[in-house]
Amino acid sequence: MSDILSKIEKRTAYILILPAVFLVFSIILFPIFANVWISFKEVGLKDIRIPEPRAKKIVKSIKDNPDQLKVIYKLRNSSLILEIRDVKFQDKLPKNVKPINLDERCRVKSNKIYCEFGNWEAKYRENFQILLKSSDGKQLNKKELKTIKPKLTGKSDNILLNTNFTLKNFKKVFFQNEFFDLLSTTFYYTFFGTIGSIIFGILTAQLVNQKFFGRTFMRSVLLFPYVGPVVALAYTWELLLDPYSGTLNNLLINFQVIQEPLNLLGQKYLTINFFGFDLKLRLALTTVIIFEIWRYFPLAFLFILARLQAVPKELYEAAEVDGAGPLQKFINITLPQITAVISILFMIRFIWNFNKFEDIFLLTGGASGTRTLPINVYEQGFTISDIGMGSAVSIVIVALLLIFMFVYFKLIGKRADEN
Amino acid sequence: MKTKSLIYYSLISSIFLFSLVSIWKILVTLQGVELKNFNFVIIITLGIAISLLNLIIGEKLNYLIKSTLFALIFTFVDGYIVQAMPIWYNIGIFAILIFFSLKINKYNQKYLASEHSSQIVVFDFLTLFGIVLFSFVILFPFYMMLITSFKTQAALLINPLDFSINFNQDFKELFKSYFVIFDTYNFGRYILISTFVSVGTVIVTLIFAIPAAYAVARLNFFGKNFLSTSILIIYMFPAIVLVIPLYTVFSQLGLRNSVGGLLIVYTATTLPVAIYMLQGYFRSIPKELEEAAIMDKLNWFGIIIKIILPLSIPAISSVALYVFMIAWNEFLFSLMFLDNPNSFTLSRAIQYLSGDAETPRQYLMAGSVVVTIPVLLIFVYFEKYLVSGLTAGSVKG
Repeated sequence: MSDILSKIEKRTAYILILPAVFLVFSIILFPIFANVWISFKEVGLKDIRIPEPRAKKIVKSIKDNPDQLKVIYKLRNSSLILEIRDVKFQDKLPKNVKPINLDERCRVKSNKIYCEFGNWEAKYRENFQILLKSSDGKQLNKKELKTIKPKLTGKSDNILLNTNFTLKNFKKVFFQNEFFDLLSTTFYYTFFGTIGSIIFGILTAQLVNQKFFGRTFMRSVLLFPYVGPVVALAYTWELLLDPYSGTLNNLLINFQVIQEPLNLLGQKYLTINFFGFDLKLRLALTTVIIFEIWRYFPLAFLFILARLQAVPKELYEAAEVDGAGPLQKFINITLPQITAVISILFMIRFIWNFNKFEDIFLLTGGASGTRTLPINVYEQGFTISDIGMGSAVSIVIVALLLIFMFVYFKLIGKRADEN
Repeated sequence: MKTKSLIYYSLISSIFLFSLVSIWKILVTLQGVELKNFNFVIIITLGIAISLLNLIIGEKLNYLIKSTLFALIFTFVDGYIVQAMPIWYNIGIFAILIFFSLKINKYNQKYLASEHSSQIVVFDFLTLFGIVLFSFVILFPFYMMLITSFKTQAALLINPLDFSINFNQDFKELFKSYFVIFDTYNFGRYILISTFVSVGTVIVTLIFAIPAAYAVARLNFFGKNFLSTSILIIYMFPAIVLVIPLYTVFSQLGLRNSVGGLLIVYTATTLPVAIYMLQGYFRSIPKELEEAAIMDKLNWFGIIIKIILPLSIPAISSVALYVFMIAWNEFLFSLMFLDNPNSFTLSRAIQYLSGDAETPRQYLMAGSVVVTIPVLLIFVYFEKYLVSGLTAGSVKG
């Protein structure tokens, strides 16, 4: 009895999860494997269109002969690079119509014309003609002929499906793509963005964890940057930071903080004289990191606040009895309580920042020293139109992420064991 | 009274005062009023003087009288320095000073003599400072977005700091940017598409996620643990990695530029987190209810519809809101898949608009307001649900 039940249970479970698993598999897991496949191929954006045989039908009457009509099919291969094999053509004729002097590649069978055109090389074009004659002496209907559309089929190589592989893309990724520059930019962006958002998360969580007037309002406001649409926020920032008409620069100049406007998003380096040393600051990258922190610290805030609210009040009361000040309480009670959350946050934010595309794309488009790996995926794939190369870069991203996760779990796992 | 506490108290309170006054000055400048200087030294000195006076006077005067006195002194001195300011500027300064004086009222000589007082003072003011500063830094861009959409290109070029709105002009002039984006740039259509995609994603995601989450939460089957761990791992996989293969496949299947294609992708990317959130909630529903239902000869479908669904309305709404928000804000896939203006979502439309350098900025900002307001309204209204959704599913980028 229980056996049957568990069998039914299993079957139900599979029925229930199958749709979701299928969808996730086809949209998320399959592309990841497909990426590996594409990254070993030389594929451009133009190659991914499947070549199609096409025909445009033109019906013409013949001057001296009202019983006859000329039908011209403008045939062509839609692809400029690939051939189509075994092109088959099929068109329907009205009932009272018969073709005369039919091309030898074609035959007629029950009011249909079938043709076999063989192979079409790339860019193939042909004007194919058929003369039609009325079989019962009635006038031929041009309109009716026009409305019937011919059907064409053919076989072609799909460049994505053949088995020609090459290592070219990966060679290019590592040797011709300023790879280490990309990697270091990505790393700066990810690392400082993550650390910054966690620090501001701790500060704001500590803030909101106290009682003050307007606390719930403050909590909503703090989450605004995170829930707002990235497009709107990025463009607002762009306008704010514009060197000439932007509010920030004009304010700073108005209050005499700076003399010249700063091109915060368009300038790669800013030289700062610091006690006689010239320090070079990556200006655009810093701005993008600040935007990143501004947008994502709310997440850290939310996590840490939830944890802080779960810290037992008695701990603080006991510390107070022992004569601890606010700073000591923070260091000795609050921090140890939130380290676990912080370490999870660090990993999550690190992974997501590593893959962040929209924010940089919208703010700078990857210019002035803000080109990270995800931006490079887009550039390679859609600006330079080299799909294979773009895939190779994204495979590198996945590999780096896996290494990061592995190392991180090893380290964290060890520390957890020691504790 | 300790000297250290005294110094900390007077310094940090005056810095706090300075930052309040400066923020007020920035806001005033943005109304087109000419104001060139923060007067750092003078305001800090005044702040220190007021905080020390507060200690000296202590409780000899009623705190209201004391605050008013401080505020009046400060307002007059400040008014003398800046001169020729509109009266509402001085009123604002007066209000800030009242607020400040009430805040420092609780510190007296005895308080500053107590243990850790210097630390406590610093923490107190940091909190106040943090509240003011964070609110300002976060709300400022939203404020600018809104105000810019009511200005004209010409006015902004003449004085980029003048963000005052002239309410005397007629309604049509004031909302001109909004009329333009709806009439000329077809934003009505984009709103419909965005709404359709987001709501559609919510519905389809829930249809797929609820049964799956129920199976993961309740039923025993081979590969269950594997499935529940892989849900989260899949969720961590970056969207940018999916873009190229999906683009190629969608091109070949003719799914690009179709709202349906977008809907499928959004559903797949939000499914893992929806399942994760829901199964956590389903586990908390007492099993006895279902056992009773089995006795009543209900099948699994019936159990989900009649027992699980009514009990999990809060969890389902938080998932729904969360998914809606993700779909509404999504940009990367809409950028990749849509290049025909007939099938743009709002985000993609705004990006398209900005691609044309000629587009006046107030149109761009009006578009941004249009795309931002629905999410913010939903967020503020359903905050309780959304926050729990965010915390549970907050791995989303």
